[in-house]
Amino acid sequence: MSQDDSAARVAHWSKTRNLMIIVMIIWFIFSFVVHWFAKDLNGSSFLGFPLGNYMAAQGSLAIFVVLIAVSNWRQNQIDKEFGFDEE
Amino acid sequence: MKGGFIENLPRIYGLYTGGFIVFILIMALFEQMGMSAETIGILFVAFTVVIYAAIGWLSRTMQVDAYYVAGREVPPVFNGMATAADWMSGASFVALAGGVYFGGHGYLAFVVGWTGGYVLVASLMAPYLRKFGCYTVPDFIGTRYGGNLARLCAVVVLVVASFTYVTAQINATGTIASRALQIPFEVGVWFGLLGILLCSMLGGMRAVTWTQVAQYIVLIIAYLAPVIWMSNKQGFGIIPHFSYGEAVLKIAELEVTHGVGTPATESVAGVRVLTTLHNAPGTGLSSWKFVTLAFCMMAGTASLPHILMRYFTTATVKAARNSVGWSLFFIFLLYFTAPALATLTKLQVMDPSLPTGIIGKAFADVAALDWIQKWSSVGMLAIRDSNADGILQINEFFMRPDIVVLATPEIAGLPYVVSGLVAAGGMAAAMSTADGLLLAIANALSHDLYYKIIDPKADTKTRLIVARILLILIGAAGAAVASLKLTGILGAVAWAFCFAASGLFFPLVLGVWWKRANRAGAIAGMVGGFAAGTAYLVYLRTGGDPWIGIDHLRFAIIGMPVSLVLMVAASLMTEEPSKEIQKMVDDTRVPRGKEILSADH
Repeated sequence: MSQDDSAARVAHWSKTRNLMIIVMIIWFIFSFVVHWFAKDLNGSSFLGFPLGNYMAAQGSLAIFVVLIAVSNWRQNQIDKEFGFDEE
Repeated sequence: MKGGFIENLPRIYGLYTGGFIVFILIMALFEQMGMSAETIGILFVAFTVVIYAAIGWLSRTMQVDAYYVAGREVPPVFNGMATAADWMSGASFVALAGGVYFGGHGYLAFVVGWTGGYVLVASLMAPYLRKFGCYTVPDFIGTRYGGNLARLCAVVVLVVASFTYVTAQINATGTIASRALQIPFEVGVWFGLLGILLCSMLGGMRAVTWTQVAQYIVLIIAYLAPVIWMSNKQGFGIIPHFSYGEAVLKIAELEVTHGVGTPATESVAGVRVLTTLHNAPGTGLSSWKFVTLAFCMMAGTASLPHILMRYFTTATVKAARNSVGWSLFFIFLLYFTAPALATLTKLQVMDPSLPTGIIGKAFADVAALDWIQKWSSVGMLAIRDSNADGILQINEFFMRPDIVVLATPEIAGLPYVVSGLVAAGGMAAAMSTADGLLLAIANALSHDLYYKIIDPKADTKTRLIVARILLILIGAAGAAVASLKLTGILGAVAWAFCFAASGLFFPLVLGVWWKRANRAGAIAGMVGGFAAGTAYLVYLRTGGDPWIGIDHLRFAIIGMPVSLVLMVAASLMTEEPSKEIQKMVDDTRVPRGKEILSADH
């Protein structure tokens, strides 16, 4: 790759990094924060489940699946934007 | 058939799935015609293992890139299935639901941890490692940081973590094979190993990939079928996952009626009574224990080489990224079913208004049940009328957690063909993980230790022969250790995650995300983290008290911070990496362009 794409590389990486940080924040919330308060969440109910139980048994898992799908889609957009995607 | 193998994959595996369903139906028919439960069990396990071995034989190869990375042509969906099988071990299949059954909310930390880790894999690791073009995980460490010492450290961590894990898997194949085929455990272990080697030896990663896809299909059918069937019988609909909340609430009521939490008044070796409430998360220390366990499992997921190397097999970086998404989806199908299975089975046993309920029923009637007698006779279950009132109380029903999944079809009164199916599923889960792990170890030793460090001039044929000899030796060592039955399945699995996370997580992540990371830092991080974690584990196992609830399942909580601090400190105290290495990192971050390592490296 030529030298003059270095500006594009910096911009591409900065967007990639920001996406990673956003993903990590969402990941942190649904991995740890939600489960730290499971007892309080059990006071509410969702689909007939106590919410704390639901999040640990299904909710967080489903959010992880969607999170990866969305962040992959966004990352592909970023790669395309700078012409760094694979043909 | 038109087109190549890859184009025809959906059709091939579609036919395979159809064939497997026909096989199940034939077995069901045989059962109606009076075939014995034992014969059905034997046919299920034998038939599936023969199919995997046949796939292994058909995938044999003498090409380096086919052997190490399946020729880098595996489509994302199929790589997702293979990864899911690679990932879901005997522990996930057999022990997870049983763990939730006995451990309640605290145990769900495994479910959260073993799925959330894939977010780390997708965001931080897989696409970049794929772009790197490495054959093994130490290959990345060795090239990114340079030097044989860094490579060697990575090999050591990999071998320790994977070997700990693989003994547990061979143990599980032995347990299932011995039960289904009615042979002694020690013989079962070697039978299991033979099946595992047949799947991996001739074709390396290529053979493992295509058998793992086949194994995923068997294991997911085997896991979902009983739950769906049982749910229908209980009136929770075809897909219980969205409607079993009621069962959770009902169990909470029954726990009060039955007095769950009352300890047993006598003890029976190897089995235990249910004392933990199903849905009772605590605060403070118990929240801390939940999140630390989830964290260790997640970081371990993102550091275990047998998982990471699966993403080296896709054609492109984008495909690697997408295949992480598919992996998690296929894993999710099983993991969000496990708590449903645990809940429904518990309700079956506890609800006196159901015909299957046993708690609160007359002791003599329960003792006469087939499944109670069958599992009691092998010491996996026991009932004792401790207070001699002629009624079975909750603290008089003893069970081994591992059997919840295997016994569920019988508890729910499903036909034996379902039990045979479940045994085949458990076998598939344990074999596929053992395959991936053995290959990860043998590849690291043959590629990184032998070819890169000991004899860089070795030709292709020698390399691949060495790889196969190592595979057999390591498999035999694993089987020998497994037949000693040193640790429980689950303990060994959690240790593997903690070893990998302590030694490899930060060197891998910072290798991509921090250009300043250098060789001294990586070596300090690997050695320091691994040593600190191991030292803490030894401290615990020699009678030390856990600090703030950090027990032997969570020792990466000690190892990882040490690894991070040492890696950053040592990197900053030494020179920054050379221009070439920095350029290499830049290239790793961009999907387009050539791989860093050439195919014949």
